[in-house]
Amino acid sequence: MATATHKHPPYLLIWLYLAVLTAAELGLAFQLPISRNLKLLLLLITAVWKALLVALYFMHLKFEGWNLRIMVLIPVPLALIFIAAGMSEHIW
Amino acid sequence: MSSASTAAMSPPFPAERGLDVYNKKLGMWVFLASEVMFFAALIGSYVVLRFGAPGDWARPGVVLNIKITAFNTFLLICSSVSMVKAFAAIADGDPGKMRIWLLVTIIGGACFVGIQVFEYTHLVERGFLPSGVRDGSELADMVAKGQLPAATMGLYGSTFFTMTGFHGFHVTCGVVSMAYLFLTKALPGKYTPEDYAGIETVGLYWHFVDLVWIILFTIVYLV
Repeated sequence: MATATHKHPPYLLIWLYLAVLTAAELGLAFQLPISRNLKLLLLLITAVWKALLVALYFMHLKFEGWNLRIMVLIPVPLALIFIAAGMSEHIW
Repeated sequence: MSSASTAAMSPPFPAERGLDVYNKKLGMWVFLASEVMFFAALIGSYVVLRFGAPGDWARPGVVLNIKITAFNTFLLICSSVSMVKAFAAIADGDPGKMRIWLLVTIIGGACFVGIQVFEYTHLVERGFLPSGVRDGSELADMVAKGQLPAATMGLYGSTFFTMTGFHGFHVTCGVVSMAYLFLTKALPGKYTPEDYAGIETVGLYWHFVDLVWIILFTIVYLV
């Protein structure tokens, strides 16, 4: 059995980032006296930031080849177009 | 941290030509790509229904219990870390640690589902249903007093239970899959530094479930 230790990303540091960002989200949502639209924007940015940390470090997307990254990322703009199309029909 | 050393953590299976990943991992990524569209449909419907609704939406924290869900979010993040630690342990040739971390992940996932069931039970007791608000309940009183908007509670109930319910179903599937792998592969010592594809692929699924919850927690509970 191989016992070689690989170099891993700093998983506990990423966990700490995620915990701090979650706490920041709660503070942002319920404590910070700012406008609703600014709050919405900041909360979405924080959520996307957290999601990127999970995808890049826990799912190791940061360390995969570009072919796999492109294949994985294709649905993301499609999903955004899909949501924007729905909003354009019913809201705008 | 270098990409070369981290890429070496992948099991040395024959890679698919062009993508440099083995077929089980590729299959999981393709499945997850389809899951992105599945959850995009749910989130997109929610966004359209909420922001196109004929009236105000209930303010965050009035109907839903934010404290318990924030704890649940933290629990899921912790279980994601324990899952990736299980992956790192077997890649480093330590099946004992891998078993412990995998078990911690299973317990964390099961607790998440348990807390979600508790949350649902509490919400139903207060009168929050997928169809809206139950007559004669605490929330119906709040609607009557004007503390909750009457026009949108049905939309709120249906979108909330659909999104969180489907996510909870995914978490349950993850817990069952991990428990199966723990009992049939991890405990009998079938995972080795040369073959741990099951840990890596179920780990990808688990992190995706965590990622979806991060988005859902923000848009359903905080906005």
